[in-house]
Amino acid sequence: MEKSEKIPLQKILIICSKANIEDVYAALVMGNGAVMEGIETKIFFTFFGLDAITKKQMNKLHTATVGNPGMRMPGGLAFPTLLGALPGVEAGVSAMMKKQMDALDIPPVDEFLELITAGGGEIYACKLAMDMFKLTKDDLHEEVSDVITVGDLYEMCDGPGTQIVFT
Amino acid sequence: MSTKTIAGVEVSVNEEGYMEDASQWTKEIAAEIAKEEGIELNDKHFEVIDFIRNKVAAGDTLTIRGIGKSGVVNAKEFYQLFPGAPLKKATKISGVPKPTSCI
Repeated sequence: MEKSEKIPLQKILIICSKANIEDVYAALVMGNGAVMEGIETKIFFTFFGLDAITKKQMNKLHTATVGNPGMRMPGGLAFPTLLGALPGVEAGVSAMMKKQMDALDIPPVDEFLELITAGGGEIYACKLAMDMFKLTKDDLHEEVSDVITVGDLYEMCDGPGTQIVFT
Repeated sequence: MSTKTIAGVEVSVNEEGYMEDASQWTKEIAAEIAKEEGIELNDKHFEVIDFIRNKVAAGDTLTIRGIGKSGVVNAKEFYQLFPGAPLKKATKISGVPKPTSCI
């Protein structure tokens, strides 16, 4: 039988540009999952994704209750947009979501970053977005390895078996 | 299901080499599987293995976070003890099924 050569995934770079709970956790779960498999993992946070590694914001992420067609009431009924716009609703829904995640042993963002770096994963912040939001390295969680440029990011993508994922 | 002779004992394993009957497990078997994974077991490894076997026997889900909070090792030490894919390797050596957890 002819054997086709398979190159297993060796390195993955995950880019997270949004601050919604679901976008940040998609990046963290995928990144941590890669670390767990022994894949070299780097997660790059840019634009609003920087919230996930900014000390002040990282554990206060929200999900959108307005303009989110996936949002439903308990029981499955559509979530009325006007209800989602009321003060406190988004915070309440976000808190409920975090509680459900905690029940599944999904850690809060800061602990998740520590878990990823404990396994050798690396966390990076985008320099341009940092400048835009007037953030400094001191504003970031200590698990962030470095603030880097797009060029630095691409330099890290060398080698066969490397993939980039943008969330 | 197939069988494999590990450390002189015939045990049933699945196609990935995970033991299918945790009661067949012995420390000698653990050492032999570990060697195949490139790991030389020490006392610390066995503390982790005990923890994993107890957790599985209790029907709990294994996660790296859970093991990191076990008081036996932290997450970093766990990665160091079973380099590469710690949860997969540690469960294989512990004679329990491959975990289905994503975290």
